[in-house]
Amino acid sequence: MASQNAASVVIEQLSLAYDTTDVLKDVDLRIEPGELFTFLGPSGSGKSTLLRAVAGFGPAPRGRILIGEDDVTRLPPWRRNVGMVFQSYALWPHMTVRRNVAFGLEERKTPAAEIPKRIDAALDMVGLLELAERRPSQLSGGQQQRVALARTIVVEPRVLLLDEPLSNLDANLRVQMRREILDLQRELELTTIFVTHDQEEANTISDRIAVLDDGILQQVGAPMELYDEPVNRFVAHFLGTANLMDGRIETGADGARFAAAGGIAVPLSGEVHAPGEEHTAVFRPQDIAIAKPGETLPGIVLTGRVQHREFLGNLLRYSVVIGEDTLLVDDTHHPGRRAFAVGDDVAVGLRGEQVRILER
Amino acid sequence: MSLEAMARGQWGPAAVGLIVGLFLLAFLVVPVVNVIYVAFQDPNTGALTLINFVDFFRNNLFQESAINSIYVALMSVVLASCFALPLAYFTTRFNFGGAILIQTLGVLPLIMPPFVGAVAMLLLLGENGSVNLLLDEWFGFKVPFMEGLNGVILVESIHYFPFILMNLSASLNNIDRSMEESAQNLGASGMRLFRRIVFPLAMPGYVAGASLVFLKVFDDIGTPLLLNINNMLAPQAYLRIASIGISDPMGYVISVILVIFSLLALWTSFLALRNKDYATVQKGGGGLMKRDLRPWEKAACYGVVVFILLLVLSPHFGLAILSLGTVWSFSVLPDAYTYAHYLRVISDSSEFITNTLLYAGLAAGIDVVFGTAIAYIVLRTGLAGRQWLDYAAMGAVAIPGVVLGIGYLRTFYAFNVPIIDKPLASWWVIIVVALAIRRLPYALRACMAALQQLSVMLEEAAENLGATKGRTIYRVVVPLMSGGIVAGFITSFATAAVELSTTIMLVSQESDAPLAFGIYEFMQSAAGRGPGAALGIIAVVIVGVATYVSHRFIQRKETRQTPDMAIVAGV
Repeated sequence: MASQNAASVVIEQLSLAYDTTDVLKDVDLRIEPGELFTFLGPSGSGKSTLLRAVAGFGPAPRGRILIGEDDVTRLPPWRRNVGMVFQSYALWPHMTVRRNVAFGLEERKTPAAEIPKRIDAALDMVGLLELAERRPSQLSGGQQQRVALARTIVVEPRVLLLDEPLSNLDANLRVQMRREILDLQRELELTTIFVTHDQEEANTISDRIAVLDDGILQQVGAPMELYDEPVNRFVAHFLGTANLMDGRIETGADGARFAAAGGIAVPLSGEVHAPGEEHTAVFRPQDIAIAKPGETLPGIVLTGRVQHREFLGNLLRYSVVIGEDTLLVDDTHHPGRRAFAVGDDVAVGLRGEQVRILER
Repeated sequence: MSLEAMARGQWGPAAVGLIVGLFLLAFLVVPVVNVIYVAFQDPNTGALTLINFVDFFRNNLFQESAINSIYVALMSVVLASCFALPLAYFTTRFNFGGAILIQTLGVLPLIMPPFVGAVAMLLLLGENGSVNLLLDEWFGFKVPFMEGLNGVILVESIHYFPFILMNLSASLNNIDRSMEESAQNLGASGMRLFRRIVFPLAMPGYVAGASLVFLKVFDDIGTPLLLNINNMLAPQAYLRIASIGISDPMGYVISVILVIFSLLALWTSFLALRNKDYATVQKGGGGLMKRDLRPWEKAACYGVVVFILLLVLSPHFGLAILSLGTVWSFSVLPDAYTYAHYLRVISDSSEFITNTLLYAGLAAGIDVVFGTAIAYIVLRTGLAGRQWLDYAAMGAVAIPGVVLGIGYLRTFYAFNVPIIDKPLASWWVIIVVALAIRRLPYALRACMAALQQLSVMLEEAAENLGATKGRTIYRVVVPLMSGGIVAGFITSFATAAVELSTTIMLVSQESDAPLAFGIYEFMQSAAGRGPGAALGIIAVVIVGVATYVSHRFIQRKETRQTPDMAIVAGV
């Protein structure tokens, strides 16, 4: 099992419809060899459909899919040499673990002498060598997951596809399997596409993420990039908690400022925006400082009243009503640190450089 | 799968679908349409007319037959319900020792042809049968259990009540206790809870079972003929064709009426079940709340259960005694016992047995092959018109055996099979074809259910690892469907082995005859009853063993596969 297999995956102008419902609309993507790439989106976003299209399942798409140099758009699934791990693992219940893993090798007419060695190597890699003669029904969920992985990597596919592979595992096992998959992927240097609806999972595992919504590719980038520089409201909202305010850019004597519809105005620095247009301001709750009225705060200072409070362990999240707007404000929690109660008057500080302005 | 790949990968399924479709067209659609067509044809001129129907309704015998058939079918449903309701309710509702045994014994009557039981019933409950002789001796009166239509009703309801028992028990078992608990939580209890929650949820199962009983009783010809009741519709159809000939239009008119009533019964069942997927069992739940019975309640329940079981199993007891008795007439029990009947049928009539094994085996084989093919085509391909294969195959349910038999005689009598130079209608192969058509719905439902439970992902995983469609079917689909395929084979085999309605019309020489026909022939004469009963017991044993083996096989498969099948199904 080696890296020479690693291939790029190129998706060009891919559209796909179930009957008359468009599920994917003009998706363009390039996934680099050896990359761990994630399709992230809510259910119904088309992320699984896109993954299945790469594997050759589902209705015929328009557009092209290239693996390495090869156009596989018209190839049936069994000739694509992409390995897919199914959400439900799809282990065949009438075969033992060993027979399950042997299946792909047998279908590829691998020399009989070589098959046992490769099965052992693959099972060893996922740590299940001693369970080879068990049936899938005798394995735990995590073990089934490992068998599904072994069954897929043993055929040395050019691309590894993982369809929500962790969704059937409990929380602790999920974190552990996540690391194991990442280690395995790095060891094999295998181009891997990972599908999930869980942003934390996507952030921790991915080299790059493609965010999908409503069949449309919203943004592609490294996890931190997507978080810090979302290109639209959907991405801003889907990756972490965000304050979103609609408003317009105004230019005054001291430079540009963002005037929210609710009355809040924030001076802007850096990026230049044409004045007058309709925009949306995005800023994260942890970028806002909160204090008693009258205390010094960085940036512009606004006053409001606490409407809700949620204790999240490491932080306190306040909803603060300021005029007609409501802002989410995170404050780090330490034992003994003062906390505001619902109904308290507070001051919040917001700095222009932490506000990202989106076109609308 | 892309469209092009589909187009490329589908010539195989398309060819198979075409073969199955042609088979159904030739041996189901054409004969039935032919029967209907002849019913509307003037026997002399060949012009289309309603005159045959007018003749039918003017004839007193036919009027009486129609009324008798409806009466017998309805009363059989009522009596069968009386047998089935207590058994189903007690075993699903209370903590009851032996519930599984009761359910199993309750299904036994189905595995014997009803007309076979009829003879045994005559000897036990007839005017001079054991029970009436005892009643007369002790109390000085007799009860006309088997008098005229009573006999048909009793025999048919004993034979077919398991349909109600099975469907109703399944419905009751599918009601989750959370349904009941939430009703209690909201203030309902006792009768109100039963009337508003349990009864409506169980109703579809009951109606489905009851309409099946109605349909089966309406179409049966063996029982009334054996009890010498000729003034019912199905026997009349047979008698007209058998005595007057294949050109007599009345047989066809009656056939059309039989089909109409079958369709009505099926329509009722369809209405009852439509949009009522009442499987409410939740994860970790299962079944109604079962309650413990007080001792006297328990005694009363067991009393009722034992009485019903004794009654519905009496044909089996009677048949067993008859097969072992020397002379049994005007006496409570036979004069003496002997194995002679068994020896005689095994040495003289083993042809019946081998014919049955051959016909039922071939028919069941055809059924599972076609059943698997249709299930795969309908559920896994996008072939145009694939649903019609399903509809056509299932349509066989609505066609009474006697109608199919008449259709075959009419359609294939003129068709000479080349090499053997014989009409197709009197070649033994036509019996196999008829059995295959009649039992295809059973095998098809079993195959459909098996394939539906199979997650498509198991097939996609195989394709993803390099297996073509054909290899995937061979290595994944068929092995995982094997439980359903075996169940379908056994159901088809067991029911084909005791079929009489169609075979009685298609057997042209005794050497071609199967068991059911042989038993029917034996039972015609008093001297033949012993050997007939012995053959009957042999038939019961064959069917019983087959059913038991399939149960064991399926259970073993299930325990082996269920845990992760559940995972696969849970997604």
